[in-house]
Amino acid sequence: MLGPMLGEAWHAMGSNRMRTALTMLGMVIGVGSVVPIGQGAQYAVAQTISTMGSNLYIVIAGSTSTGGVRTGSGFGPTLNVADAEAIAELDDVTHVAPTHQGTQQLVYGAKNWSATVVGTTPSYLDARSWTLVSGYAFSESDVRSATRVALIGKTAAENLFVPGEDPVGKTIRIRQTPFTIIGVLGAKGQNLDGRDQDDTIIIPLTTAQRKVFGVPFAGSVRVIMVQASSAEAMPSVEKSVTALLRQRHRIREDMDNDFYIRNLAAAADSAAETTRVMSLLLGAIASVSLLVGGIGIMNIMLVSVTERTREIGIRMAIGARQKDILTQFLLEAIMISITGCLIGLILGIGGALLVNAITDMVIVISGGSVLVAFAVAASVGVFFGLYPARKAAALDPIEALRYQ
Amino acid sequence: MAEAVIRVVGLCKSYETAAGLFPALKGVDLMIERGEFVAIMGPSGSGKSTFMNLLGCLDTPTMGEYHLVGRNVAHMPGDELAILRNRTIGFVFQGFNLLPRSNLEDNVALPLVYAHVEREPRREKARQMLARVGLDAYAKSLPARISGGQQQRVAIARALINSPRLILADEPTGNLDSHTSEEIMALFGQLNDEGITIVLVTHEADIAAHAKRQVRFLDGHIVSDVATPARALASC
Ligand SMILES: Nc1ncnc2c1ncn2[C@@H]1O[C@H](COP(=O)(O)OP(=O)(O)OP(=O)(O)O)[C@@H](O)[C@H]1O
Ligand SMILES: [Mg+2]
Repeated sequence: MLGPMLGEAWHAMGSNRMRTALTMLGMVIGVGSVVPIGQGAQYAVAQTISTMGSNLYIVIAGSTSTGGVRTGSGFGPTLNVADAEAIAELDDVTHVAPTHQGTQQLVYGAKNWSATVVGTTPSYLDARSWTLVSGYAFSESDVRSATRVALIGKTAAENLFVPGEDPVGKTIRIRQTPFTIIGVLGAKGQNLDGRDQDDTIIIPLTTAQRKVFGVPFAGSVRVIMVQASSAEAMPSVEKSVTALLRQRHRIREDMDNDFYIRNLAAAADSAAETTRVMSLLLGAIASVSLLVGGIGIMNIMLVSVTERTREIGIRMAIGARQKDILTQFLLEAIMISITGCLIGLILGIGGALLVNAITDMVIVISGGSVLVAFAVAASVGVFFGLYPARKAAALDPIEALRYQ
Repeated sequence: MAEAVIRVVGLCKSYETAAGLFPALKGVDLMIERGEFVAIMGPSGSGKSTFMNLLGCLDTPTMGEYHLVGRNVAHMPGDELAILRNRTIGFVFQGFNLLPRSNLEDNVALPLVYAHVEREPRREKARQMLARVGLDAYAKSLPARISGGQQQRVAIARALINSPRLILADEPTGNLDSHTSEEIMALFGQLNDEGITIVLVTHEADIAAHAKRQVRFLDGHIVSDVATPARALASC
């Protein structure tokens, strides 16, 4: 019974392609916009925030161009290790990590891989609550004596070593300098910008400055990571860090800071907020489209029932029961909505893959959202198809046969 | 004697109209035995179609009894009526009433769909029936591609596919020219020879002459019920 009915539904759908296509449009747009929502963008942001570390400020070196109070070079690193040490003395500051990072080529045997190299102090791992899965971290004394040791992130390790090979104890080269890997970092995933945090090598700051990056001013750093003891302490920490740095850099009242302070949590919050608003917006578009799509389906099915009144009469005369007619029209409505759903999914997933390919954003496609989309489409079909289908089934055979 | 195919007692049908109840049938008694070929005649508005709709279980009477092959159908639920229409009755309409978007084979096979017959036997039977009316070469054509007479033959093939005991035809030749009408009537004659009971409505005496019995309606009553004169029978 269902076999020929599905065939007929398909047939009926194809007999007026333009109309069917337009009817489906609402479903297509609705489902297409459900795809990125279902992918749990919010989840991804929450994940990222927790991997960055909590209550973090990053102080970024700026320019001295406003006044040239310091050295006359105009641009240049304005932060140094001494600044970091001074910040560490402030109240409510738990960890301070001066860092200097950049992308470098890593060489192991015949393999090459380019990754982010972070030169920093041991507090970096604490500030970012980054744990090791094997080996051990370097210490303050490694930083003092600029030893050539390294901690390797998961992605970098996977690309340099064969599966199953233990990186600990191996020697890799960064800019010709050999580094011994003493620890492997736990996986963190993407950061807010969608960059892979695990594609990282962490080495002592001093070694980085001397052997890898080469800095013009001894002890200067680009970034100092500051962790406050609690979320409540963050505003006061920001104030005291700013005051301290202005004083240390001898910046006059009327002059701008030669550094920037960024609150990572706030950045994360605003990213989360953006995603939330986006999701809400997409959700609203999706619901409105599904509603409009459903009403479109209902409308077209009502038109179809009227157009095919005579056909319904013939079918009834020939022996179709009410439920046969009901099933037939319901199947047709469901088929329209499911086909619309399929097209929406293809476009949505295609769009997501395209975004992934050409931007840094990563949209994860979950099987769950696909299932949800199908379930929603089927329910829209049933819900909005039921009324026209019942109307068709309730027709009086004689009236229907007489219909011109 | 076997149970009559049709036994109608005091059948009444009134339509609700703006001007109140309109009685279209005012107490009709009729008995049609197995294998009969009955022509129903009468002026326009005399209630012929109303009567046929009741015989076809498409409508329910206001009053009276209707026994179809021994079963009282006057107050049967809709789904059972649908099954009766599917298994026991074959309909042939004035306007052919084929599904315009389905090919001839699918049109003919449609009653089997509602009888839950599988796809292959359904096709095979439809082919047989199309061959029976001489149209198997057009199995994949759409109804619009063939002539009216051919469409009516397809409709007859569809009416026959479930081996019904009764064929009801309301003015089956009403849209056809006289030559084609003769062909269709000859086909009905053959079917009747095979034992199928046929009841048809017609306005034309020479069409009615193909039947063995002629029932005349007037104003919701049967006013005459006679065997077709032998002379008329012999002439065809
Ligand atoms: N659905 C209806 N509602 C109201 N009145 C109806 C309805 N159907 C038929 N009638 C009336 O009942 C009477 C009998 O109609 P019916 O169609 O049975 O006549 P008929 O004998 O078949 O006529 P014709 O030869 O023109 O087909 C007519 O007066 C008609 O107007
Ligand atoms: Mg009539």
